[in-house]
Amino acid sequence: MDQNCNTCHEPMLGGMSQTSADRSEALLRAGNTNCGGCGMSIGLQFLSHAIADTPVQMVIPACCGIVTAGPYPYSAYGAPVVAATFASAAAVASGLTAGARLNGEATRVICWAGDGGTYDIGMATLSAAAERGEDILYICYDNEIYGNTGGQRSSSTPYGATTTTTPLGKDVEKKDILGIMAAHRVPYAATISLAHPEDAVRKLRHGLHAKGFRFLHMLAPCPTGWKSEPAEGIALVRKAVQSGLYPVYEIFGGRDLSIDIEPDFSRDALAQYFEGQGRFKAADVDLDHVQRAIADNWLELRRRGKRPVTGKFERVGG
Amino acid sequence: MTLELLTANHASALAATLAGRANRSARGFGAGVYPITPQTECIELLCKQDIEKGHVVRVESEHSAMAVCIGFAIGGSRTFTASSSNGLAYMAENVFAAGFYRLPIVMMAVNRTLGPPWNIWVDHGDTLMLRDAGWIQFYCEDNQEVADTILAAYRLGEDARVCLPVMVCQDAFVLSHTIAQTDMPEQALVDQFLPTLDLKHRIGQAARTVGGLDGAHENELHRWQQETAMRSTEAVYAEVQTAFEQTFGRKLADAVVPYRMDDAEFVIVSMGTTHSTVRHVIDAARERGVKVGALRVRLFRPLPVAALETWLQGRTRIAILDRDLCPGLGGILWSEVRPFAPQGSLVQGYVMGLGGGDIRPLNIEKVLADLLARDKAERPLLMEVG
Repeated sequence: MDQNCNTCHEPMLGGMSQTSADRSEALLRAGNTNCGGCGMSIGLQFLSHAIADTPVQMVIPACCGIVTAGPYPYSAYGAPVVAATFASAAAVASGLTAGARLNGEATRVICWAGDGGTYDIGMATLSAAAERGEDILYICYDNEIYGNTGGQRSSSTPYGATTTTTPLGKDVEKKDILGIMAAHRVPYAATISLAHPEDAVRKLRHGLHAKGFRFLHMLAPCPTGWKSEPAEGIALVRKAVQSGLYPVYEIFGGRDLSIDIEPDFSRDALAQYFEGQGRFKAADVDLDHVQRAIADNWLELRRRGKRPVTGKFERVGG
Repeated sequence: MTLELLTANHASALAATLAGRANRSARGFGAGVYPITPQTECIELLCKQDIEKGHVVRVESEHSAMAVCIGFAIGGSRTFTASSSNGLAYMAENVFAAGFYRLPIVMMAVNRTLGPPWNIWVDHGDTLMLRDAGWIQFYCEDNQEVADTILAAYRLGEDARVCLPVMVCQDAFVLSHTIAQTDMPEQALVDQFLPTLDLKHRIGQAARTVGGLDGAHENELHRWQQETAMRSTEAVYAEVQTAFEQTFGRKLADAVVPYRMDDAEFVIVSMGTTHSTVRHVIDAARERGVKVGALRVRLFRPLPVAALETWLQGRTRIAILDRDLCPGLGGILWSEVRPFAPQGSLVQGYVMGLGGGDIRPLNIEKVLADLLARDKAERPLLMEVG
């Protein structure tokens, strides 16, 4: 593909221009089946940028991310991909990366999995691969729903969200996946905001090249499941970050925590985040409750980040 | 020739090690292992081996053990794992996946009763549950055969005309924990016998998706390719037998193993170590002048239909012994073999030795007496031995 062609299929990366260091072929190519406004598509474009010419092999379990490749013999991925069974991504990747290592190959193996394959059915496999210190970059694109099957709750679905299996809104909080992965003392774990491309690509690059088990989490808007405007996905992520709902941080060695983007804990941003998504309508989510949860989470993050609990942030309510 | 005293579990681990080392000049060897009684000693010994260009991953479940093998194999490495019983049930999704990916993984399976209620002794129902998974399946009768079949399984499964995973099954405790003299070949001979693995569809750097979506037409073709490969297997197996004998100086047993069948009017068909007991009963019956022989179905997938038809031709009464139970049908071996019995013959199924019940000559004598006395066949019977 002509890198200078302005009709090429890889869009601009949040203002970052394409350079000669980019992949000659986009990671997610034309013909993919993702919905318009899919956050995962944008995540793949960031990843494409971060990979550049590094040889990679991807392992993708059952999720929208493998359906998007399209039917045999086509593949919308510009890289070799193994479609793994739902719970198996981190285990298949363990074999693949060990085989590459035995053969002295520089290939980086990447798992690309949704929240169902990460928080739920793939959790034991993921935990074991992290414990073994497998040389894998595991990326969870988290749309907080079983999107591929039409929108059922997962253990990543947030409090208050309506899904086809929680018609009145989910009544428990989502799992703290980064906390879980950090507890494995993996070399690198980080959250990625699709609204902050430079921070995102920096982390993807670090994750790609670091040794050992690396875990990245990205909040990935799903207009179909979130009942949100496709064009508003990035704005929603920005509001999630701004309000403190989605903290953007990284943890080195499972302990050394660094906050990368300071929120202003805006109540307006939080309200707009919830109002912008039809999935929160039925439950009439109590924003005071959400802000208390945010405050508790940030107290914990600040404590672990060894930084004083000061600044714009203050605890709301009791 | 060096004879060693080995359990079939240990012989399996050593055979896998020899096969793994034999791929050191190619893309190496990988294994994903998880313990389950009565397979555990196999993976314990494997974990103690020093395999050049080899790596063993100690995983958290059987499901992941097979997934790790899938990862290694898709990258072109030779692979091995072992499991049993509920472990195989837990692994089942990825057993099918390995078949569909057409990866020549070799798995040693110790046949054990599925639970609950828990029972760790022999029953063939666990691997028979996986008979439709697109794997070649061998059922062995002694320790030497287990070791030899694992070596042969690599050559057979990795042959480009076959390209299928292979399950090498053995009876829990009767073989897995029983020490017997076993000839483990020198590495040099194994190197000579096993070509290095050159998996044509291994992934490298080309942009393509392995195992992604398949439309109806592509799917029926992909599935039928499995069937075509299965149908090529017996001819390739004959070549493997020849090469095996040339290299190691001993025979590799046939797909269907006959015993005193020359003039037999009556036949007792079984799998695994049941056949060892059957042979004693055949000898005793022959001394009484009863023209009875026996067949052991060693290769169960692909089912050696032509061999079964040939061996059963002209026999009048056939007993089929199942060490498994398919509730609602009866015995699986009975249901599979019965269609290939000659027309007009009397075919009676017997389910026996479930939960590891000790099948003694006395029990087989009862089978024979029942077979000879009855005037027509009925649904499979439970022949209690416990």
